[in-house]
Amino acid sequence: MVVFGQFLEVLIGGLLAGVLYSLVALGFVLIFKASGVFNFAQGAMVLLAGLALVRSLDFMVARGIPTWAAIVLGLLFAAVVMAITAAIIQRFVLGPLVNQDGLSLFMATIGITFVIEGAGQMIFGSDVYPLSLFPTDAWFILDGIFEGGLLVSKIDVWGGVIAGALVAVLAIFFQRTKTGRALRAVADDHAAAESVGIPITWIWFVVWLVAGLVALTAATVWGTKLGVQFSIVFLALKALPVLIIGGFTSVPGAIVGGLIVGAGEKIAEVYLGQHIGGGIEYWFAYVLALAVLLVRPQGLFGERIIERI
Amino acid sequence: MLYREAGQFKTSYAADMAIFPIRQDRIGVIALLVFAFVGIPLLAHFQLWPLGSDYFLRAILIPFLILSLAAIGVNILVGYCGQISLGSGAFMAIGAYSAYKFGTGVHIPLEFLGTEISIAPLPMIVSILLGGLMAAIVGILFGIPSLRIKGLYLAVATLAAQFFFDWVFLRVKWFTNYAPSGSVAAPDFYFFGYLVNSPIERYLLCLVFVTIFALIAKNLVRGNIGRQWMAIRDMDIAAELMGIRPLYAKLTAFAVSSFIVGVAGALWAFIYLGAWEPLAFSIDRSLQLLFMVIIGGLGSILGSFLGAAFILILPIFLDQVPHALGVPVTVETVSHLVFIVTGALICYLLIVEPHGFARLWSIAKEKLRLWPFPY
Repeated sequence: MVVFGQFLEVLIGGLLAGVLYSLVALGFVLIFKASGVFNFAQGAMVLLAGLALVRSLDFMVARGIPTWAAIVLGLLFAAVVMAITAAIIQRFVLGPLVNQDGLSLFMATIGITFVIEGAGQMIFGSDVYPLSLFPTDAWFILDGIFEGGLLVSKIDVWGGVIAGALVAVLAIFFQRTKTGRALRAVADDHAAAESVGIPITWIWFVVWLVAGLVALTAATVWGTKLGVQFSIVFLALKALPVLIIGGFTSVPGAIVGGLIVGAGEKIAEVYLGQHIGGGIEYWFAYVLALAVLLVRPQGLFGERIIERI
Repeated sequence: MLYREAGQFKTSYAADMAIFPIRQDRIGVIALLVFAFVGIPLLAHFQLWPLGSDYFLRAILIPFLILSLAAIGVNILVGYCGQISLGSGAFMAIGAYSAYKFGTGVHIPLEFLGTEISIAPLPMIVSILLGGLMAAIVGILFGIPSLRIKGLYLAVATLAAQFFFDWVFLRVKWFTNYAPSGSVAAPDFYFFGYLVNSPIERYLLCLVFVTIFALIAKNLVRGNIGRQWMAIRDMDIAAELMGIRPLYAKLTAFAVSSFIVGVAGALWAFIYLGAWEPLAFSIDRSLQLLFMVIIGGLGSILGSFLGAAFILILPIFLDQVPHALGVPVTVETVSHLVFIVTGALICYLLIVEPHGFARLWSIAKEKLRLWPFPY
């Protein structure tokens, strides 16, 4: 029972950690679906959103503004920062690059990553800033069944709740609103959407704004868990194998992929890592993704790629 | 006026197939090589500007040469064969650590067989080439997924190589000869029994490597195999229908590219760094190499040199200029500025000149042919 309890604990911890990867992966999927751009900058956007939030919070709390007001204003400020970023990216980078092939756009987003990383840290500072929006202690559940109970950290549960809410909101936004329908139309065919009167530049701005807000959401959870710091960018890279496993174009895929990666790497770390040296969390997700790629190149939920000459 | 090929008739196939078909280009390249092989050592010997101190050699020329070599390798894969790779840093690491192991002697204990494989320390040149060979083998292994996946998916797959080998060289102590700190120091470098130690000797050694490999690469990409790579890059299905074997073309691109990158990695570790840890070959290095190739020009050997020079000099430039102007700038700000300028430049170049500096160079040459007339 103890062995099984430990396994359950690792599994739950892994699944909940995977939700955090899903949060970042969602941002990737949104932009990829709506504009065909594979956005390498999503991790940098999480960093920027987190920095904007935590620095404005510190600023306001130091001036004696009550905490709840500071949090609301801070979130608003961070959202505005993300909106400005989205506008700049759309106006100066993606606008001129319209109709280029996917690889050029991908490399452009690597460029954007560097600009955001540099500018964000230059403006907001480059230390580790603790953020405490959510409780960080842990619950012990199922005390009666397993000896000592199962350790479940509250921040991970909050992350799960937020991710669930986010998916629901996004689903409603995409399915029920006018802008959402326009987004789906643009995703299907840029030229056709434009010819029926959908303002494509506006739509792309909206897409990047939504991705920015998703990044902000991810930043609140990750920032609380790890502190807002530069290494968030590298953790966000883990969202790439998540995407590979789930498929680039699928929102549910991003969630499921995140869960698989999170649970897989924790279990591998605990049960396999001790035999081959530890720290395999660092690369396990990527190798898992590689294995999935060899079997299903489009991911578990992705659309099948049909190629024509 | 000077740069005009009028009157240069090609009367043989050999002349038609020359690497530099225009006489002025040939003279220019030979002059550059003579300057690099003779002029710079002379300047260094007499301590003339800008080689009055070792700084210029150690901090600019040597890293420039080695990174150019690595960029040539990456360019073969990304620029010529169109297989985007974010794992070049890992292949540099494989080259470096393999060369280190071959240079210090390999011992593989096989306890269950009651024996062990032992190889005495090999000469450095052999070790470096073997390092390249190991990188090529691993490159082929990680190139196999490229047969099924392509583009962005492949980019993520190469990330797997990057993170996996970061971990391997950090955790598997065998590779570092059980050094407690995880950092290893290169053994003394003997070139056919002659100790290569002073900066100028190191520089010349790098120069020899870079010249030879650039020549090989240039000839590969304009030959049969290079044309296959480019056909695969431009449209793989069409290339396949024309009778090009994707398996062969892609895997040779991975092998050649990884070999060159691996040799560059070994040189980087042995000649430039001297002592290093896995961090020297992290994903930052991969991205840096990719930037060099994009900024310099995808699908251009010359572009690899231009890109490497630019990426290398940019931080030094951004560091020196504010100091020269008397503006106080902290080290941190400089590093952030480097990030911003590099990123912005990549976006700008992708928008304005997707073919990079190499394309600007060829435009300049076109203009030069007509100069001083406008057309």
